[in-house]
Amino acid sequence: MTLLANGTISRRLFLVSSAVAGGGLMLGVGIPDGARAAGDSEGAAVGAKVNNWIIIQPDNTIIVRIARSEMGQGSFTALPMLVCEELECDWSKVKGEYASATDNLDNSFGSMSTGGSRAIRDSQEMLRKAGASAREMLLAAAAQKWGVPRAELTAANSVITHIPTGRTMTYGEIAAAAAKLAPPTEVKLKDPSEWKLVGKAQARFDTADKVMAKPVYGIDVRVPGMLYATIAQCPVFGGKLERYDEAKIKMMPGVRQVVPMSDAVAVVGDSYWQARQALAALPITWDEGANAKLDDAAIQEMLRGGLAAADAAVAANEGDTKAALSKAAKVVEAEYSAPFLAHATMEPMNCTAHVMPDKVEVWAPSQNAQATLAEAAKAAGVDPKKVEVHITMLGGGFGRRGAFQDFVRQAVTIAKAVDKPVKLLWSREEDMHHDFYRPVSMAKFTAGLDASGMPIAWQTRVAGQSILAAVRPNEVKNGLDKNFLEGLAEIPYAFPNRFVDYAMRNTPVPVGFWRSVNNSQNAFYKESFLDEVAIAGGQDPYELRRKLLQDRPKQLAVLEAAAKQAGWGTPPPAGVFRGIAYHDSYGSLVCEVAEVSVSDRNYIKVHRIVCAVDPGYVVNPDTVVTQIEGAIVYGLTAALYDKITIKNGRVEQSNFDDYPMLRLRSMPKIEVVQVPSGGFWGGIGEVGLPPVAPAVCNAIFAATGKRIRSLPLKDHGFTAV
Amino acid sequence: MLRLDINGREQEVDADPDTPLLWVLRDTLGLTGTKYGCGIAQCGACTVHLDGAAVRSCSVPAGAVAARKIVTIEGLSAEGNHPVQKAWLEVEVPQCGYCQVGMMMAAAALLKQKPKPSDGDIDDAITNICRCGTYTRIREAIHLAATKA
Repeated sequence: MTLLANGTISRRLFLVSSAVAGGGLMLGVGIPDGARAAGDSEGAAVGAKVNNWIIIQPDNTIIVRIARSEMGQGSFTALPMLVCEELECDWSKVKGEYASATDNLDNSFGSMSTGGSRAIRDSQEMLRKAGASAREMLLAAAAQKWGVPRAELTAANSVITHIPTGRTMTYGEIAAAAAKLAPPTEVKLKDPSEWKLVGKAQARFDTADKVMAKPVYGIDVRVPGMLYATIAQCPVFGGKLERYDEAKIKMMPGVRQVVPMSDAVAVVGDSYWQARQALAALPITWDEGANAKLDDAAIQEMLRGGLAAADAAVAANEGDTKAALSKAAKVVEAEYSAPFLAHATMEPMNCTAHVMPDKVEVWAPSQNAQATLAEAAKAAGVDPKKVEVHITMLGGGFGRRGAFQDFVRQAVTIAKAVDKPVKLLWSREEDMHHDFYRPVSMAKFTAGLDASGMPIAWQTRVAGQSILAAVRPNEVKNGLDKNFLEGLAEIPYAFPNRFVDYAMRNTPVPVGFWRSVNNSQNAFYKESFLDEVAIAGGQDPYELRRKLLQDRPKQLAVLEAAAKQAGWGTPPPAGVFRGIAYHDSYGSLVCEVAEVSVSDRNYIKVHRIVCAVDPGYVVNPDTVVTQIEGAIVYGLTAALYDKITIKNGRVEQSNFDDYPMLRLRSMPKIEVVQVPSGGFWGGIGEVGLPPVAPAVCNAIFAATGKRIRSLPLKDHGFTAV
Repeated sequence: MLRLDINGREQEVDADPDTPLLWVLRDTLGLTGTKYGCGIAQCGACTVHLDGAAVRSCSVPAGAVAARKIVTIEGLSAEGNHPVQKAWLEVEVPQCGYCQVGMMMAAAALLKQKPKPSDGDIDDAITNICRCGTYTRIREAIHLAATKA
């Protein structure tokens, strides 16, 4: 299966470059010849649009519309698998194509937001029904054409067969007639036991292009007459642009224009490098505003105040925790914290925009085409119907490119000022200084143990910055941010008495959704502290979790699968120690075991991570493996190395030299055990991340007796090798 | 005017000699396969071959490489059939794919120097950053490519 098998390229297939060795480049955005699908906007694929999601071409090529962005997580392959499972089509002739955000102004494609590990679980029913509905329309049209009852027909591999006579007809032959029929009011979906495509590993659509460097990422977009821009935003959060001296750079080569914004200034030039050199030379004075003195010490003090505050919003209150604590044989207490973190996508923020008198066109590596369209319309001051969004390939997303469309707003603002298409590209330093960071947080745990070492009371106070308070304040109810409490408010363990509350403490630092959101901190807190409780009660950390999950057979099965694969209870290799952590997120159940060794000079080696996961149903098993691997690397990188610190109201880190990344040398062996139990649809893109930090830190405790209660490990003197 | 030998073709390029090679490739010549990641030779997304060796083009002034043979991903093979590309496809290495061009260029240079690299050789040579965490498959694909050359 290839993405561009027959050479016809619709504007919404992946943008593919036709760069040739030695130079010259053209975007593969040619509008195909011939009639476009009826009712579709300009540039859509040629063929019969059987329904919103499915276009069938006369040569039996099937184009499946995709509403969720491809950022490496495999949506462009897994989502068509769901459609085609029901469509009974020839998988080797299937291609993906982005749904248009303009066409989706009526919400006929549903949400285009690509985050929260939702691409499959939120759209699987709609997509399977679309496939089944199209199949029934094709069968009905064939029955009409042949004048036979529908019941005498069967469909497989894009071919309809009349069973009594053996006559056949392809989908391509009947698609135009089928497209004219009314869709069935009800369709019956296959039982999962009947799946032929879903659940079997399928090669990804995008790999062949990627090894040829063909896909066009946002940064690669080139449109005729385009200029290049780069931007400096006020380094202090909340600060404003006061003045700048354009005359100082006007004579520099390639400089076209300087575009001021309230909190930023952009230089537009004939090339990125020229614009960047000029911006570096531009004298800029910022009004740093109220946050110019903000630093980490003040933020930490504010959060500590949250931990100690008399008032907090109650998130869970089961049994009588206070009474249980007072009669506990042993009480264990600990405080945990986690820092701000940057997303650091490999492709820095960028967007290309062209503001024309009657139309705005935007090319963006965005996790949410709807949000991109809305932001572009607002920035340009036009009706959303006048905006066309092209989602490019994304060089990573991880939550940075969805809810926050700052790069789109800026690109459109600049393009409006210069009257030509403009590609805005941030430097890596700008990207690091102006992220929407994973929020800081702290937690205080108190557990009461009975004489046998079992926890009878579990009390948690968390304090920290709410993302929802900034981005969707109407979702904050009675001081509770459900994201902030992910994995804490609801917990699979059977604690007879449990109390959880939250003290919201917001800082001026912009915060956002970072892969697995608050699950990443909360799993570290909860699973590390549970390890402390196990040790304090004289119990094996795995055996304690088994007891606490006795009434949760699915969770227990995942815990046991990880322990079995890891060989928990058997001796690890000499010098190697194990840690275990369990955490449910995004509807999936996950347990990880880490194997770690620590040298006497505190060199730390993570040898192996075993991950057992139950996402309910698995669509593309190979993608499950790669997503778990990726999430583990993302979480392990942060646990080992990273924190964003604030001084004088600004971020201190700038690039990969002071915000390091895990590299190949330090990559542990990862073993993924898939134990899908059916009956629910869980996410997969983020769920491998939360357990990794606590599993590693619990292994470090096993190795050294040192309990890690804050991250990164670098701050505790550990050097990863 | 600079005279650069890129992918086997000498050409005149209108760029300031101080411009990093990366931006001449991407913006002047439209060879956008080579990516920008950090600009300080940390991440390797911009890796190209200079006389057969892997270099980070973000930190090489274009004027300094006028007499050298430059190969980018667009010139690595005509049809994507370099052993490294074939191995990358077979193992399905890429996730987002952004860093993979630099990874493949670094791997191709390694294999030229050491046709059967050990894991230690790979650790030493492949210091590029991948944020999607594809390292396990990168190692696997390099070993596979070593069997295809």
